Amino acid sequence: MVSSAALSELTSSLESGRALFLAIHVLGTLTFAYIAWRRLIPLLHAERDCRFDRPFARLGKLAKFWFGQWKHPRYRTAGILHILIFTGFILLVIRSFSLLAGVSENGGVVGVSGTASHLYNVITDYAATVVFLCMLFAIVRRLVFRPARYAVPERYGKARTADAIFLLALIAVLMAADGLFSAAEAAGHLKAGQPAEALAVLSLPWVMQIVLASASLPTLGKLCFASYLVHEVTFYFLLCYRPFGIQFHVETSLFNVYFSKLERGTVKPVRWGMSEGQLDQIKSFGVKTFEDFTWKHMLDFYSCADCGRCSDNCPANAAGRPLSPRFLSIKARDYAFQHYPMFGKAGNGAPLIGSLFSEDQIWSCTTCGACEEECPLLVEYIDKIVDLRRGLIDDGNVPQSLQKPLKALESRGNPYGKMEKKRADWVSAKEFQQTCKVRVLDKNGASTLYFVDSITSYDDRMQSIARSTARVLDHVGENFGILGAAERDSGHEVRRFGEEALFEALRDHNIEAIQASGVKRIVTADPHALNALKHDYKGAPPVEHISQVIARDVKAGLIKFQPVANTNDVYTYHDPCYLGRHNLVYEDPREVLDAIPGLKRVEMSRSRDRSFCCGGGGLMLFYEPKEDERMGVKRVRMAAEAGANVIVTACPFCMANIEDAIKVAGFEGKMTVIDLAELADRQMLRPASPTVATSSLGG
Amino acid sequence: MEILVCARRVPDTSENEIALNSAGNDIERDELVYSINEPDNYAVEEALQIVARVGGSVTVVTVGSEDDEEILRREMAMGASHGVLLSDDAFIGSDGRGIAAILKSFVAKGNYDLILTGVQAEDGAAQVGGMLAAMLDYPFASLVNSIEVLDPKKLKIGREIEGGNREISEIDLPCVLSIQTGINEPRYVGMRGIRAVASVPIPTHGVSDLGIDPSTVGDAGGKVKRVDYFVPVLGKGAEMLSGSREENIDKLVELIAAKGGLN
Amino acid sequence: MPRIFAYVVHKGGIADDSAAELLAAARKIDPTGSVTAVVTGFGPNLDRISESLRASFGEVWKIANQSLDYPNAELIRKALVKVLPSGCFVLIPHDHFGIDLAPGLAVKLNAAFAPDILDADGSMGSNLNVVRQEFGGQLSAHVRCDVLAGVVVTVRPGAFKPAGSNPVVGLVVDKSVDVGPLSAGRRYLETVAAEAGDVDITRHNVLVSIGRGIQEKDNIGIAQELANVLGAAVSCSRPVVDAKWLEKSRQVGSSGKTVKPKVYLACGISGAFQHLAGIKGNPFIVAINKNPKAPIFQVADVGIVDDLLEFLPELTNKIREMQSVSAK
Repeated sequence: MVSSAALSELTSSLESGRALFLAIHVLGTLTFAYIAWRRLIPLLHAERDCRFDRPFARLGKLAKFWFGQWKHPRYRTAGILHILIFTGFILLVIRSFSLLAGVSENGGVVGVSGTASHLYNVITDYAATVVFLCMLFAIVRRLVFRPARYAVPERYGKARTADAIFLLALIAVLMAADGLFSAAEAAGHLKAGQPAEALAVLSLPWVMQIVLASASLPTLGKLCFASYLVHEVTFYFLLCYRPFGIQFHVETSLFNVYFSKLERGTVKPVRWGMSEGQLDQIKSFGVKTFEDFTWKHMLDFYSCADCGRCSDNCPANAAGRPLSPRFLSIKARDYAFQHYPMFGKAGNGAPLIGSLFSEDQIWSCTTCGACEEECPLLVEYIDKIVDLRRGLIDDGNVPQSLQKPLKALESRGNPYGKMEKKRADWVSAKEFQQTCKVRVLDKNGASTLYFVDSITSYDDRMQSIARSTARVLDHVGENFGILGAAERDSGHEVRRFGEEALFEALRDHNIEAIQASGVKRIVTADPHALNALKHDYKGAPPVEHISQVIARDVKAGLIKFQPVANTNDVYTYHDPCYLGRHNLVYEDPREVLDAIPGLKRVEMSRSRDRSFCCGGGGLMLFYEPKEDERMGVKRVRMAAEAGANVIVTACPFCMANIEDAIKVAGFEGKMTVIDLAELADRQMLRPASPTVATSSLGG
Repeated sequence: MEILVCARRVPDTSENEIALNSAGNDIERDELVYSINEPDNYAVEEALQIVARVGGSVTVVTVGSEDDEEILRREMAMGASHGVLLSDDAFIGSDGRGIAAILKSFVAKGNYDLILTGVQAEDGAAQVGGMLAAMLDYPFASLVNSIEVLDPKKLKIGREIEGGNREISEIDLPCVLSIQTGINEPRYVGMRGIRAVASVPIPTHGVSDLGIDPSTVGDAGGKVKRVDYFVPVLGKGAEMLSGSREENIDKLVELIAAKGGLN
Repeated sequence: MPRIFAYVVHKGGIADDSAAELLAAARKIDPTGSVTAVVTGFGPNLDRISESLRASFGEVWKIANQSLDYPNAELIRKALVKVLPSGCFVLIPHDHFGIDLAPGLAVKLNAAFAPDILDADGSMGSNLNVVRQEFGGQLSAHVRCDVLAGVVVTVRPGAFKPAGSNPVVGLVVDKSVDVGPLSAGRRYLETVAAEAGDVDITRHNVLVSIGRGIQEKDNIGIAQELANVLGAAVSCSRPVVDAKWLEKSRQVGSSGKTVKPKVYLACGISGAFQHLAGIKGNPFIVAINKNPKAPIFQVADVGIVDDLLEFLPELTNKIREMQSVSAK
């Protein structure tokens, strides 16, 4: 056997190319390093962001969302595809590096020998095959099936299908080159009578090896060289090309997930690392130029994969408002690429509003969180919108329709401009007062505060929610009271609309009143108030939503329900954004409904963390958006589609929007909406004689 | 262009309930919230937009007491460069003409190209702007809803007249204009901005600084005095339908049909 | 009793409605005295108006000057100052012209100024007692004016009902020469007509008019539905136009359109006089408002205290029902 000579024929071309390969290694690595460095520059000019705390929690998120691809299956086909590709990548990355480092004896991995090495090779053979097939499938999907969420509406620019397909094709080429190299090498070894790496059956290289079985040694040698070169060049090309487009997420996703936000329902402070007292020293609030974003937000822009899942779930986008979260990220990313080019000076400091973003776009967001819930890369949107709004407020650039309620909040502590002393008028409604006495708390107050908040206190319709809530609390023997005229608006939307200073004033007033009352816990029927008290207020006692209280009391047997009067009614529960998505209370309201005998309940297709926002609360009720169809109207149609004629909700703003939408959609008389507290109040079995029941928390 | 805006602090009409006090001589002022008279706010915004175009600065002045400083600060937070308070015991109880005389003496000390006021305040008199112009012998225009600077000595203005029409005139500077609401969209003034000017000193001028004869202003100097407030006896008024909504609707449909409103 | 002058506003030689109202106000102030009309202008129109005023005014002072062809308040003020005797009473309508002319005139005549009066009582010698409104019509006030040196009064349109009086044959006095040439720092250029909207509210017999109470732009559909079943048009008050919910051509009021319908439904309109000034011809006014103290209830024929957002749709349904019944 002329084995060594034959073998050297095989490896000679590879040997001759060593210098070339080395040059490509060096050039490719240096180029990538330069590109990565240039991409890092804007982050160095950015605002600070505190993301280095709680490493274990962050590692946990990394395991779940990055490694575990937790969010991907929410869109099944794309999700499975991506999981396969991602897994393949992870497995192959080791092989790629070994390939680049040099060819090992048996074509296996440098440093690992024997069975482990062989097993690894088998696995990676299949991995490459799967990735290759996924690429083909993905290309076909893009070209032929064209999922709607990838489409780019005219106002946002041109479609990027060509670029996407180009990248998919390149990865396919990478896999093919890898496979060809393995196949050629194995075939060559066999031809030369040497032991060869056994390729995995039916894998890509295995198929190629069969095709190459009849090739001559010199040909195989050239194929080895060629495929190695193609692999190397493609590898480095992809490496250097990815940072110029959506595939940058391949590099940044690990960091983006690691550094992602740990808390739900919170809003970032105006400046990290600055106490509130120091804020007066800042010249400019909020984000007005690109450099005002924090480095993590810039990283978000880099990491957006343009998958469109966020916009597909954005209710403002569905309503036809000029907001599409996806394009917020993509446009900002394009801005970064344009103003921080590979060569030359950075062009920075231009105002974003009016050029990159429009005011209407920024005011359109209801902060429902559907986008953040969906994004597989954990890109954050709400904080960015709030920061942009802070900038608008700072410049005095506020729509007239919002100025009145903001001014009223400043002078009267509620957006309606009604007098403080009338905040507790709902308590003195004639019939109500006879059956239920609600105390306004003073120093020797109660253990529980019922925080009513503005809309429920002042709006004629919503006051019924307050009365129902009070009756339920009364029924279970809760020792509770309200703040009355001392209560101010929770300021939840004030903060999220960017008026941080006004929010602080409202919050400080409320905290003082709450602390003066001496209560140990707070109950509210308003999820926005719940979120504010839980996440925006520091030093407030623990707070719960009334649905949680009722659910617990039902389980404890303190509340029993009578059967529904009309058994033909079909009920459906609409998850309020700030109760469900932001505070993870999904089951309690459903348990309450299911505890009512004879109540038929159906689930809308968009429910729980996919619930569709009703239109927004707080100041959003005053904003006049440009839209095609109201979010509430869409939601009401969803309920009708699910076969329901009664919508149950647990938020006064959802109530306001849905009631209105029922009229606008022309469903009056065919559909009704009721609040969970009102429903519980209506169905509650009350003892004939007054007995003392103790609440589940011992009063 | 140096612009002076004369402003006034009034009970906010949308956030208050205006009611007679128990003595019957004034409105119940205990729980009122005050703010700048809305047309005056439009005037300040207009002034700010003009100086943004042609340069200069905006001064806001008011006649009153320390309580009234808050509107000066708010307008300074909005962008006005200076706020001035004209305050003196002798000014208390001035009628519209007295206020105009006080403002006139302040204007005489300065060098303002343009003076703006809101068209009217809560008393609906719509008088101070016109009186001030006459005292200064400046040209005047009321109900102005558009301003264009033609040159440093001339403006082209639009006035709101009947039928939604606009009367376009040329007016020489210096002049006095009273501004109608809707001329622009005033910018928002946030709490942060207000906090930033909370301790800016506001110059205050009294009788001696302005060189006014105290007998021409204040209670003594006024020719017009409000004697009381009252709620007028309704007289005929409307026939109020007081049934249930359904009953009201039935009755109403009957009445409308009788008057030829249904075809 | 000092001499009373009434400044008569005219267009094309025809007296404005305010002339008769000023006369009624003058009679209220001094039931026995004679009232002098003052009219300015130029050419045949001025002659015509001067002639026609002789039937109601004892004396008609006519000031002819080419520069007064268009009623520029700045020039008119200068003219009046030249001819009016000191200590006189001058009545002017409280409209866009009066607001322009009167305050400065009071200063130049060194007279007291009583703006926007609803009633007057001149019987107290050197004092004139008037009634005014404040806070957008929510409260009325008695006001006493020291009129020793005269007074300039602007009269709320519609506050004084023209009374039939004994016909007079008045004297026309030409005061043009006493005035002489006039110039002012404000020069009239042109009048820009309001943009014609898609609907001409002045042509409708029934109007569904909305005010601030409609609360948001999207609710206007409720009013439109009612208008549809009534064959009416939707009109509005000023705040609705300021908020840019409807075009200016829909506004009823002193700075908007003047309408003369048979039936006027004022929904969520408070009743500020600037709005009411645009309603003429004494229509049947229905007021629907949440606030029982809204001034509109003083001028309406029928009033309903209710939430228009709920009331109107039910009213619409009722009318629709009736129409389908009668169609059968």
